[in-house]
Amino acid sequence: MAQAADTKKRGKPRANASAGANSGLTRDEWLKAYRDMLLIRRFEEKAGQLYGMGLIGGFCHLYIGQEAVVVGMQMALGEGDEVITSYRDHGHMLATGMEARGVMAELTGRAGGYSHGKGGSMHMFSKEKNFFGGHGIVGAQVSLGAGLAFSNWYRGNDRVCVTYFGDGAANQGQVFESFNLANLMKLPAIFVIENNKYGMGTSVDRATASRDLSRNGAPWGMPGVAVDGMDVEAVHEAARAAVAHCRAGKGPYLLEIKTYRYRGHSMSDPGKYRTREEIQKMRSEHDCIEGARHRLEALGVSEAELKKIDDEVKAIVQEAADFAQSSPEPDPSELWTDILVEG
Amino acid sequence: MADATLVEAIDLALARAMQEDARVLVLGEDVGRDGGVFRATDGLLARFGPGRVLDTPLAEGAIAGLSVGLAAQGFRPVAEIQFMGFAYATIDQMLNHAARLRTRTRGRLSCPMVLRTPCGGGVHAPEHHSESGEACFTNIPGLRIVVPSSPRRGYGLLLAAIRDPDPVLFLEPTRLYRAMREPVSDDGTALPLDQCAILREGGDVALVGWGAVVREMLAAAQQLAEEGVAAEVIDVATLVPLDAASILASVGTTGRCVICHEAPLTAGFGAEIAAQLAGPGLLSLLAPVERVTGWDVVMPLPRLERHDMPSVARIVAAARRSLRHG
Repeated sequence: MAQAADTKKRGKPRANASAGANSGLTRDEWLKAYRDMLLIRRFEEKAGQLYGMGLIGGFCHLYIGQEAVVVGMQMALGEGDEVITSYRDHGHMLATGMEARGVMAELTGRAGGYSHGKGGSMHMFSKEKNFFGGHGIVGAQVSLGAGLAFSNWYRGNDRVCVTYFGDGAANQGQVFESFNLANLMKLPAIFVIENNKYGMGTSVDRATASRDLSRNGAPWGMPGVAVDGMDVEAVHEAARAAVAHCRAGKGPYLLEIKTYRYRGHSMSDPGKYRTREEIQKMRSEHDCIEGARHRLEALGVSEAELKKIDDEVKAIVQEAADFAQSSPEPDPSELWTDILVEG
Repeated sequence: MADATLVEAIDLALARAMQEDARVLVLGEDVGRDGGVFRATDGLLARFGPGRVLDTPLAEGAIAGLSVGLAAQGFRPVAEIQFMGFAYATIDQMLNHAARLRTRTRGRLSCPMVLRTPCGGGVHAPEHHSESGEACFTNIPGLRIVVPSSPRRGYGLLLAAIRDPDPVLFLEPTRLYRAMREPVSDDGTALPLDQCAILREGGDVALVGWGAVVREMLAAAQQLAEEGVAAEVIDVATLVPLDAASILASVGTTGRCVICHEAPLTAGFGAEIAAQLAGPGLLSLLAPVERVTGWDVVMPLPRLERHDMPSVARIVAAARRSLRHG
């Protein structure tokens, strides 16, 4: 099969794909980044509230604090590029353009959710948005991401696949198996380690002997850089370089994006492994949304304009929450659907 | 004798085993500083230190493989996998190495490890946090599979599992972790492995199951008693090796059997029990064997979960169907 694929011609790199020397965000891009990050933040806050009210079953892993990662990455992607991630996935879905109401209704297990109330927080997909989940087994989606990238390479298109995983997952064996394979085959795969410093309650320095996760692909010759994940512009810049590398057919690329989650690993995390001061310091000094706000103010965006964005986001989230509570529960007959196609 | 929940009883048994045997080590993700995802290892790090309570990286295959290596050198590792759905990643190690070490070395080495993992539904968690995957492991010769059904049985069976010279997959029903308290005597007394426990005697119909569903079986037996039906409740407790003799003896008296498990029906472990009844037990049967199980579907989310898991009503209905024969 690989031989057959070798003969296929890869698509030409897109004109806009090269990493420009100056890839800073424009005013409009800053506005979009601010709006998208704020949407994720407000969505997650609302999800936390609904969970507290007992409306969300199962587990719920909030993305609050990490918004700049997916937003900065997504802004560098184009039509048809794939995204796959683990279970802290609400932000990724919103960033790919999936509807807030469908995501929220899935959290509450309702028929109107993206998985008809059968997937929950961790298992949602959108073929239209090229979002391939939402996966609960830590690190296992990384091999799937390599497969998505392989399909792009095999078809000879110029799409790239972004595979997200956490610092905890970075220690799983199949992550390294995937790195080897992707480099061997020069797959258009961007591997993103969202290093939020803790795999559940274990800090990254207690979980890995690697002191620089961006170098984790080095044995296979995979380029990698560490990025400030609290700065959406920095993420975007790194993402553009990675995308250009992949689209040019140079093989996979690793980004270690250093970020921070403000909330617990899940809703039942006692949080004994870090101090309140540590969290507070990140919130007050490095928050990505506050940073974007300051930047917009410096660019002359008015208070009224920002308020308009805030209101728009608030309305989307409220509508999603209402829908998530009014959408009917799945019919019990749903239990037997979509298991196998009957012969 | 203090009252304990299942999760506290597990913690007590681990502490007891570590205290009595320096070869016992506890390892897994977040078992140390955090005391385990369900707090089943709470306090062990403070008491026994980081040399015996090891926080491992997030890598289930390596946790299982490391345990095999330790066990081969005479340690008694007790590894925790946070949820049953994550334990599938250990099957390669458990099947290809842990379960075969004794056979391959012709008894020169053994693998006295315990792989603990929560299992089963009813905690409103999706898929791999609610799996009953025991049947993926029951077809592995050389691996013992033990499932407690209460705090007291959890304490006694875990001690037995740790002291056992062979590998044990120890499945702890998540929904029982904090569902009830009962007196647990922390005196180091183990319960026997490889034996069913008759939790309630009765001569009309046998209810056979393991783990959390035993509670529904007991409630069903109570309900049947009010209808004048005496149900015998058998907690299988060790799935492999199966104590078929106790089940056959019970069905020899009742002639009727309802097998209950949360796992899907097809090729669930209930099928093995049904095969035993259809073989050596055939001439005792007065009615077709009934199975009350999860359906052949992926473990659903909370709002559909109750339709999937065996309920008291379904168990009672199956018993009544059985009683209509003969």
